[in-house]
Amino acid sequence: MATPVRTEEQGPAPGTSGATTPRPAAGPATTPVAGRPARTPGRLDLAGRIRRIADARHTAPGRLRLAGALLAVLLVAFGLLTGWQVNSRAQAADRVVSYSQPLSQAAADIHRSLADADTTAATGFLLAGAEPRAVRERYEQDLATASRLIAEAAARTTASSPAQQWLSSLNQQLPVYAGLVETARADNRLGFPLGGAYLRYASQQMRDTLLPDAAKLADAENEALARDYAEARAVPWAAFVLGLLALAALVRVQQVLFRRTNRVFNIGLVGSTAAVLAAVLWLLAGSWITGARLAESERDGAAPLRALNAARVDVLTARLAENLHLVARGSSTQYADLWAATTKDLTGVAGGDAAPGTGGALGEARRLAPRDAAEAVDQARKEYSTWTARHSAAITKETVDGDYQGALDSTVTVKEADVPNTSDAAFGATDQQLERAAGIELARFRAAAGGTGGLLDALALGAGLLALVAAVSAVRGLGRRLAEYR
Amino acid sequence: MTMRTAPSRTTDGAAGTGGDGTDGTGTNHAGRARRARAAAVVALLAAGATLLGAGSPQGAGLPAAGGGPRQAAPQAAPAADPNCDTSRSVPPSTVDGPAVKAIKDNKTLVIGVDQNSYRWGARNPATGEIEGFDIDLAKAIGTALLGDPNKVTFKAVPTAERIKFIQDGKVDMIVRTMTITCERMDQVAFSKPYFKTANRLLVPKARGVKTFDEALNGRTACAARSSSAEDELTKNPHGSKLVTVENQLDCLVLMQLGKVDATMTDDGLAAGQAAQDTTVTLLDEQVRPGVMGVAMKLGNTDLVARVNQVLADYQASGAWRDSYDKWLKPTMHDDAERFRP
Repeated sequence: MATPVRTEEQGPAPGTSGATTPRPAAGPATTPVAGRPARTPGRLDLAGRIRRIADARHTAPGRLRLAGALLAVLLVAFGLLTGWQVNSRAQAADRVVSYSQPLSQAAADIHRSLADADTTAATGFLLAGAEPRAVRERYEQDLATASRLIAEAAARTTASSPAQQWLSSLNQQLPVYAGLVETARADNRLGFPLGGAYLRYASQQMRDTLLPDAAKLADAENEALARDYAEARAVPWAAFVLGLLALAALVRVQQVLFRRTNRVFNIGLVGSTAAVLAAVLWLLAGSWITGARLAESERDGAAPLRALNAARVDVLTARLAENLHLVARGSSTQYADLWAATTKDLTGVAGGDAAPGTGGALGEARRLAPRDAAEAVDQARKEYSTWTARHSAAITKETVDGDYQGALDSTVTVKEADVPNTSDAAFGATDQQLERAAGIELARFRAAAGGTGGLLDALALGAGLLALVAAVSAVRGLGRRLAEYR
Repeated sequence: MTMRTAPSRTTDGAAGTGGDGTDGTGTNHAGRARRARAAAVVALLAAGATLLGAGSPQGAGLPAAGGGPRQAAPQAAPAADPNCDTSRSVPPSTVDGPAVKAIKDNKTLVIGVDQNSYRWGARNPATGEIEGFDIDLAKAIGTALLGDPNKVTFKAVPTAERIKFIQDGKVDMIVRTMTITCERMDQVAFSKPYFKTANRLLVPKARGVKTFDEALNGRTACAARSSSAEDELTKNPHGSKLVTVENQLDCLVLMQLGKVDATMTDDGLAAGQAAQDTTVTLLDEQVRPGVMGVAMKLGNTDLVARVNQVLADYQASGAWRDSYDKWLKPTMHDDAERFRP
């Protein structure tokens, strides 16, 4: 924009310093005409100064000065805008890596730890006095992990965030749940069936309040992650537009100079043009690379992780249903229903069928998984088939043979030789494979998204420096021409 | 559904008190038994002896206590089906018919039991064994048939599967706090009653209440879904609000957590609850009396007759009383005659 000369309109220029009137299309269309000779300078008021600047375009050196000033402002503005836009993307990318994705993962981990605690509590309960230390420790570890993550997430979440209310609700409910589980254990050790009722009540609380709150927390964190992703990947259009405008202005000025002086190259202006071009290309390449890496981190990392987290919670819930069914000792059919519903969620086919369907959360996790993680998910599906087969066998023992102890033993047992043949072992293997897949996907996420913030920072700095070089170079280039008038 | 003999029998049972004379402790009701019993009898007679299948042990998964008409007003007349008498069964006999012979040939007797009703049939987590009043009876039947209680195979039968297990021949019989109802009498063969039950109210001792009205007015009551207790509290809420749960034991959880103020279930199970929490107590007042029996496959008449013989001997020998004293007396008080059919 802003060519040095205008003839048609004689009114005072609206702008003040540098007179950057935003009239992008007007410049190149007008033809430069010789103006009046320069006036003698002197102390003038503001209106006078404006008039002086306006009058400057009537003289050749005045027009040159004006052109220099406009180019300098344009190039500095380009540098600043680029720096600012790219920097805000760098911040968003940093947030994705070090804030929103970890928070989203923490929310998923809270959800999973709670579900795991509930499932493990039921396993321990079924084993009663013979509960192995490992089971007890896993339960305690789950509670410890959940409380730690809740506290950490609360500290990293702003007070106005919607996540805060779910965190505080979880904070309130967790000790209540733990208390109910301990009551269940105590009653069970006294030989009271009431213990089973307490455990089922505790689990109900878990599934009715804690887990939904954790799911809502995860939703809120996932939304924040999606926002940060969008922000980090947004194309800095304004910087591109301003860069192209600066290029156009530089070309135009050189064109005019060439016509008036017949000198082909002005080193300063050529250098400036090159610098701006480099800056725009640098911006283009940088945006493309970071955009691609962020997209990869979403595709191979964050998105499959979300699917995998959903599948892992379903796996835990199915195992919980299996346990609670045995805790209820035939007094309830709701856990058999829960098993059926959860396994259907998980694979698209109600559990007990030998081959898991390709639908459901597990199918989704498989579909989204990057290649190396897909192998682990496939393994998990294999283990899951083993598990459902054992589950069906145990249920047959219970409902057809009336052999409760047999059903219990083939689900959980303390006899070490039989442990590998239990439902619990198959569940453990399923969970382990899914955990392995999650580890791979998390690494993929980190590899792809990690450093994009730094890359964008470098991008901002580079573009800014190039724009500065361009501005200095342009001013110096025009300065030489100007010197010829002295 | 109804039982012509019910009023008098229950009256006998209620009148034949064996109170231990203490009172005012809140632990024993026997001292004020006469007054309360009288009230109970009045309530009973007034209820017109509409013998609904009083309170299934688990409460859940059972037909809603039989299909007979239920009287909304306690004064309503009884007699839905005059041919139905829940205490009717074949006469005792020791003659071996085909069913008994088959059991003896197999050298094993498969009995379906509960493993979740404290003091009746519950798994002892320390030993892994199922034990209780019902289990004693099942062992006595095993001893009589095979000469050895250890030849009895116990199968834990889910509540909802009881009838099916008998009909499919997966068990020879079921001893599982099973209330005899007319509807069930069409599906399985019952022995003579071995226990009398009624719906009772369980409240925290600290409340110090004695009647249904005191216990329920303006309070929240709890009952198992589709149990006769739920039906009773819906029709006669005594000013209470009803909360239903899947299993009667869930009521005790809610009561301990202060979410409900009273629980209605049949007295055998109420006693089981009281045994698990010494701070709650059973009120003497009772509604909807019923009887429990051993269930067998329809047509196995010789087996039913044999079990009736065992029941007669079991009562006569004092074994019934011993088992009662061992499992139920601590929470049902020294009140065996009230429950003996």
